[in-house]
Amino acid sequence: MSYFRAENLSLHFGGLKAVDSVNFAMEKGEILSIIGPNGAGKSSIFNLISRLYDPTSGRLFFEDQEITHEPPYSIAKLGIARTFQNIELFENASVLNNLLVGRHRHCTSSLWQEILYMPSVRRDEKIHRHKVEQVIEFLDLEPYRDRVISGLPYGVRKVVELARALCTEPKLILLDEPSSGLNVEETTDMSFWIRDMKSELGITVLMVEHDMSLVSRVSDRVIALNYGKVLAMGQPAEVQSHPDVVAAYLGA
Amino acid sequence: MLDFVQQLVSGIALGCVYGLIALGFVLIYKATEVVNFAQGDLMMLGGFFAFTFIGILGLNYWIGFFAAVVAMAAFGMLAERLVVRPILGYPQFTIVMATIGLGFFLRSVAGMIWGTDDLKIDTPFSQGVLRLGGLVLAHDKLSVIAATLLLCLLLYLFFNKTTLGTAMRASSENMLAAYYMGIPVKRVVAIVWAISAAVATAAGVLLAPITFIHSNVGLVLGLKAFPAAVLGGFGSIPGALVGGVLIGVIESMAGFYLPQGWKDVAPYIVLLAVLLLKPEGIFGLHVRKKV
Repeated sequence: MSYFRAENLSLHFGGLKAVDSVNFAMEKGEILSIIGPNGAGKSSIFNLISRLYDPTSGRLFFEDQEITHEPPYSIAKLGIARTFQNIELFENASVLNNLLVGRHRHCTSSLWQEILYMPSVRRDEKIHRHKVEQVIEFLDLEPYRDRVISGLPYGVRKVVELARALCTEPKLILLDEPSSGLNVEETTDMSFWIRDMKSELGITVLMVEHDMSLVSRVSDRVIALNYGKVLAMGQPAEVQSHPDVVAAYLGA
Repeated sequence: MLDFVQQLVSGIALGCVYGLIALGFVLIYKATEVVNFAQGDLMMLGGFFAFTFIGILGLNYWIGFFAAVVAMAAFGMLAERLVVRPILGYPQFTIVMATIGLGFFLRSVAGMIWGTDDLKIDTPFSQGVLRLGGLVLAHDKLSVIAATLLLCLLLYLFFNKTTLGTAMRASSENMLAAYYMGIPVKRVVAIVWAISAAVATAAGVLLAPITFIHSNVGLVLGLKAFPAAVLGGFGSIPGALVGGVLIGVIESMAGFYLPQGWKDVAPYIVLLAVLLLKPEGIFGLHVRKKV
């Protein structure tokens, strides 16, 4: 069985079919990109997987478990993390504290244990701090560790959001336009990190992206969408030269 | 000088109560961006609960106090579940009207159940006074100040040192992000309402020997606590308490030194002045839009 799978996924807003019977599957450790013109349904698919929307029909499976009806907060507990197109960070907290919140799903101590500040609580805190430090090192965030988010440039915030997602130790990560708002150099860094997430951390990546050079550099496979339907699926070069995809982008 | 200190202490005691109600406003506002205009009425209901447990059922003061706080925490969760959650996501105005409606409802129901007379609870602090030189400080007022300090310490530790408290702060800052960190935001919001109602109840019971318990006590005090929250910078927890104490002290001083009638107006004059000079409140975050 496949690692992650969407079966006949549909999302209708009245008569508008934002997502229309989409089927796709991912293997463990794969990097899959979803491309398509604006309004093709890319973000809708993300919001369906992260359980922000309820699908009109269809089902979602992760590690052979059906997740179609899980509430949004248990998605993180299952090992799925996401980033947002417009960056959703805790603006008035430091980078370090943002990342520590990412450890929430691994906090197992009860309120009473914390009130008594038991040894297990102290030990867990050290583990969380250590994990966060590993992520900081992985994404070169050392210079920003104690800086407050609201004072950081856009490019750094984008990386902090990725770091926070990694702190949850996800098995599957959903990246919503990881390169939007980044300059060429930052986009290059991002492409290396995405590859490293796969090769060093063994994370499966599903991303929505507009920058075709980034898509072809990192993706194992690409899905092209238009009007909620899958136009083409396959190798990056193959999909980009597919006549229907070219037509969708150029409006032929 | 003695008069001044005397007025200062009563002002601080009164202000602590405003601060505790304002704290409830702020907690709920921070977590859900909902201004709960029934906050004062939650305090009123808490007072009646305590009266029922202590005055009618004859429980020990401390047990009755505790039972009232627990019962009101449950009631706060219920109110959130029945009144607020179904309309979350609708315009602010809808939710504001719903909480105002909840306040009316609670006042009427309290009037029907417990009647319209002023009720009082015998507390260990009702009678005694502390004499310091020429100063005469009533125990009831000192107990309010001490309890407020204790509550603040507990809340501070809760919010800063526990996972649940941190999850609450995270949810209040960015609900969407909190969801994807695995925080059950809806449950967190329910707990915030429980804490707000519990804090309001503590204020109501502490205040019982000073103002007595009647169905309109929450309306009057809520109207004073609201400027306290605004003065402190809506959204700041320490601000709510400082704002409350300021309003209490100003009111008390105006009542003593200024001609009659100024007592109730003075806090609002100060509020207007502060808003003119520092619109974000004393502890409010200054939000500047970047372009």
